[in-house]
Amino acid sequence: MSVSLTINGNPRTLEADPESPLLWALRDELGMTGTKFGCGIAACGACTVHWDGVPIRSCQTMVGDLEGAEITTIEGVGGRAAEAVKAAWTSLEVPQCGYCQSGQIMSAVALLSETPRPTDGDIDAAMDGNVCRCATYVRIRKAIHTAADMLEG
Amino acid sequence: MQTLSRIPGELTRPDRRTFLKLSAGAAGGLLLATRLTSAAYAQGTETEFEQPFLHIRPDNSVTILSKHLDKGQGTATGLTTLIADELDAAHDQMRVEFAPSNPDLYKNLIYGIQGTGGSSAMANSFLQYRQAGAAAKAMLVAAAARQWDVPASEIAVSQGVVSHASGHTARFGELAGLAAQEDVPAEPVLKTPEQWVYIGKAFPRLDVANKSSGSPDTFTMDFQPEGLLVAVVARPPRFGGKVASFDATAARNVPGVVDVFQIPSGVAVLARSTWPAIKGREALVVEWDDSAAEVRSSDAMIAELRDMTAEPGVMVHEVGDTGAAMEQAEKVVELDFDFPFLAHGPMEPLDIVLLFDGETAEFWYGCQSQTGDHAGAAESLGIGFDKVSINTIWAGGSFGRRSPPDRHPVIEICEVAKAMLTAGMAPVPVKVVWTREDDITGGYYRPMSAHKVRVGLDGEGSVTAFKYAIAAKSIIKGSAYEAVMMPNGVDPSMTEGAHDTSYAFPAMRVNQAFQETQVPVLWWRSVGHTHTAYVMEVTMDRIALETGKDPVAFRLEMIKDDPRKANVLRLAAEKAGWDTPLPEGRYRGVAVHKSFGSYVAEVAEISLRDDGTIKVEKVTAAVDCGVPINPDNIVAQVEGGIGYGLGAILRNQVTLAEGVVEETNFDTYEPLRISDMPEIEVHIVPSNEAPTGMGEPGTPPIGPAIANAVAAATGKWITSLPMAKAGLV
Ligand code: FES
Ligand code: FES
Repeated sequence: MSVSLTINGNPRTLEADPESPLLWALRDELGMTGTKFGCGIAACGACTVHWDGVPIRSCQTMVGDLEGAEITTIEGVGGRAAEAVKAAWTSLEVPQCGYCQSGQIMSAVALLSETPRPTDGDIDAAMDGNVCRCATYVRIRKAIHTAADMLEG
Repeated sequence: MQTLSRIPGELTRPDRRTFLKLSAGAAGGLLLATRLTSAAYAQGTETEFEQPFLHIRPDNSVTILSKHLDKGQGTATGLTTLIADELDAAHDQMRVEFAPSNPDLYKNLIYGIQGTGGSSAMANSFLQYRQAGAAAKAMLVAAAARQWDVPASEIAVSQGVVSHASGHTARFGELAGLAAQEDVPAEPVLKTPEQWVYIGKAFPRLDVANKSSGSPDTFTMDFQPEGLLVAVVARPPRFGGKVASFDATAARNVPGVVDVFQIPSGVAVLARSTWPAIKGREALVVEWDDSAAEVRSSDAMIAELRDMTAEPGVMVHEVGDTGAAMEQAEKVVELDFDFPFLAHGPMEPLDIVLLFDGETAEFWYGCQSQTGDHAGAAESLGIGFDKVSINTIWAGGSFGRRSPPDRHPVIEICEVAKAMLTAGMAPVPVKVVWTREDDITGGYYRPMSAHKVRVGLDGEGSVTAFKYAIAAKSIIKGSAYEAVMMPNGVDPSMTEGAHDTSYAFPAMRVNQAFQETQVPVLWWRSVGHTHTAYVMEVTMDRIALETGKDPVAFRLEMIKDDPRKANVLRLAAEKAGWDTPLPEGRYRGVAVHKSFGSYVAEVAEISLRDDGTIKVEKVTAAVDCGVPINPDNIVAQVEGGIGYGLGAILRNQVTLAEGVVEETNFDTYEPLRISDMPEIEVHIVPSNEAPTGMGEPGTPPIGPAIANAVAAATGKWITSLPMAKAGLV
C-alpha cells in the first residue's frame, strides 16, 4: 500500500505495510535516522516527531493512518523555537551519549511553540515522556528556560 | 542506503592505509609499553603529520584518535583536551575519531589491553596523550625553526599559530608535512599546571552540536551500509535454556524476512530491515529446553543469598580480632540488606554490524572492549587476529552493558554471519539489533546480593568491630578475567568500597560467598560500589544514631589517613548548609564514598508527600578527582551519575517468576524521568593530584544519602531496594 504525506515540507510516498510504525519507515525506508528507537511502546520518547506541529511517538503511529499528514522530524525541524532550542542545547552541553536528544529536542520545540515561557511544571508535563538514561534532565530543564529567554530576547 | 566506505558520524574511519601503517609500526618491534614510544611512530606524507594519537592535515585540522569509547561520559573530548593543551591548538581546529583496534598502540595502560571501563580513561591517558601533544608541538616548532632559520627557543605557539618575533607565522596545517620529517623528541617537555590553557578550565565538548541536530550515522543503530540486512534473535526466556525445536514457517512468510537460522544463542530472523525482523520473530514458534535453565523465582534466590551471608564464605579482608572484639562488645548493631538485579538500559539498545566474507571480518559498533572482542571474533570466525578490524562508533550509553567479558554480542553476530555464508548467501553486512525487551529481559544484570553487617560498640559508643558478609554471583568468577583478577579466589570487585574503606575500625572482617545461577551478571555503573556504598554509608548513619552523634561529625571522626575523603565531606556539608535548620517538611541525608580513585560526597534533601512518598528536592555534591580536566564535564557526569543511581534505588528491579523475567520494557522497568530529577549543585575540589575518572563515582553515594534522609524523615531504615517496595515512590 502507498501513503502520501509530507515530511519536512517535502511530499513523500511511503510504500510500506500500513500496520508498520512510522519510526521504521523513517529510519529504514527513508534513511532518516535522526529519529531514534528506544522502546517501541511509547514509553521513552526517543522516536518523537511532530504531526501537524504536535509531538507524537512515531513508534506507535502507523503508516496507514498518515495519508495527508504533515510530519516534521529532527532533520527538518526549523523556526525560531527550534533554533533557540538547538542553540541552548549546544551551549549548555546538554547531550551526554546523545541518543535520546532528538526526541528531547522535538518535545522541547513543541512545548516552546505552544508555551513560550514554560514553568518548571509545564516542563515536567511536556517532557516526562522523554527518557534520558544519562539523566541529563538538569540541563534539559535549564536549556528550555534558556531557549525561552532567547525567544523573548 | 550508504556505501560501506561511508563513515558514521563525525568520525572518519581510519582508512586502511593509516591502519596498516600503524600496524606495520607495531610489527616493527616498537611496542608502546614505554610512555614515549607513541611519538616514535611519527609518520607523514609530504603534507601530513601522522602519529598514532593525532593527525595534522593540510587543512589545519588536528584529529586525535581516541583509544577509548565515548558512550556519553565525555572521554573523546577529554582526550582531545589533553592533546590540544600541550599542542597549544585552537579549539575549533580539533576533531576526534576513535582509534582502530590495535592493542600494541592503543591499550589501556592500566589493563594492558584496549578497552574502556573502571573510569580509567583519563587516569591511564593523562601522560600518554599529553606527551603525544607535546612531542607534536616540539616537531612543529623544530620545523618552523629550520624553515625560518631561527632558534627553536625563540618560537612561540598559541591557539594553533606558530610564530617568531621576526614576523614569521604559520598555522599547523602549513607545517604538518615538514614537522613529520623532524626527529621525535625523546623526552618532550610537558607544560606545568600553570601553563595549561584548557585543562582545568574549559574545552567545549566536540560532539554536542551533532548530537543536538539528529546528525545521521552517529550511532551503530543508524549505520546502514549498502546491502545491510538486519537480524533479531529469539533467545531463551529462561537463562540457560536452549532451543528444543522451532517452526519458522510463519516467520518466513512475513514480507521482508530473508531467512531464519538456528544459532547457539537462539533463533535468528534475518530481514531486509528492522521491522520485518521484529515481526518475523513474533511469528516464530519455538519450543525451549529448560532442563539446564535457572527456574527459580527471585524471592527464592534472595532467600538463598541471605542464608549464604551466614556462612563463612571466602575471607576478603581482616584486621584485628573481629571475633573477640564482637564478643566483648557492649552492643551490636545488626543490619541486613538485599539488592535486586538491575538492567543497565542504555538508551541505545545493543547493536552491532559485521561484514564477513569468509576470510576477513569488519565490525562497526560502539565497541567498549576492543581487544577482547577482537580476539573473540577471530576465534569464533576461525580467522587470524589480523583478519579482523573493528571500527568503533559513538555509543548511546553503556553503563557497563557493552563490555561483557564473554563478548556475547560479538560471538552471536559471528554465528549469524557464519550461518549466512553456510546458507550460500553472498557476503553482505548484517546488523543484530536488540529490542528494549531483549535488553531488559536479556540478563547481564547488576548482581542481586544480600549483605549482613554486624557492628560492635563499646560502653562509650565507639566502634570496636565491624563484620561484613556479602553473597552474590561473582561477575569475575568463571569469566575470561578470573585468572587475572581473582588470583587468590577473591573477587575484589564484589567488596570494593568495603574491604578498602578508610574508616578506621579497630577490627574488621569482610567475607564473600558466591551464588551459582545461570542468570548472567555484569558490571553496572560503579560495579561493587553500587551496593557497598549503600551498605557502608547507611550503616555509618545507623551507628551515628545509636551513639547520638551527628552523621557528618561521626564520619569525620572515623576517617583516618584520608584527608581527601574528609575534605569532600566537609565541603558538601558546608555547601548544603548541613548545620543550618531545614524548612518544615524537609530532611537531609549524607553519604561519602571513594570509587575508582575519586572521592564524592553527596547531601540529599528530600520532602515527604502526604501519601508517604518522597520527593528528592536537591543534591549537593563535592568531588575530588585530582586534576579536573574538563570541569563542566565532571559536573555533567555527577548530575548524570546521581540521576542514574536515583532511578535505580527508587524503583528499579529485575525480578524472575519461575526463571522468567517479569519486567520487559520501560513501562515496567521505569527509568528516572525529568519530574523525578532533583536540583543538583556540584563543587569540584581544585587539585594537582593525578586525575581519576568521573564516569562512575557520582553514582554510589546517592542511594545511601537518600536512605539516610528517609531515616531522618521517618525513622525507617531502608535495607531492601528498590524503595518503591517500602511505599516511598
Ligand atoms: S521508541 Fe517510541 S517512545 Fe520509545
Ligand atoms: S543523553 Fe544519553 S540517553 Fe539522553
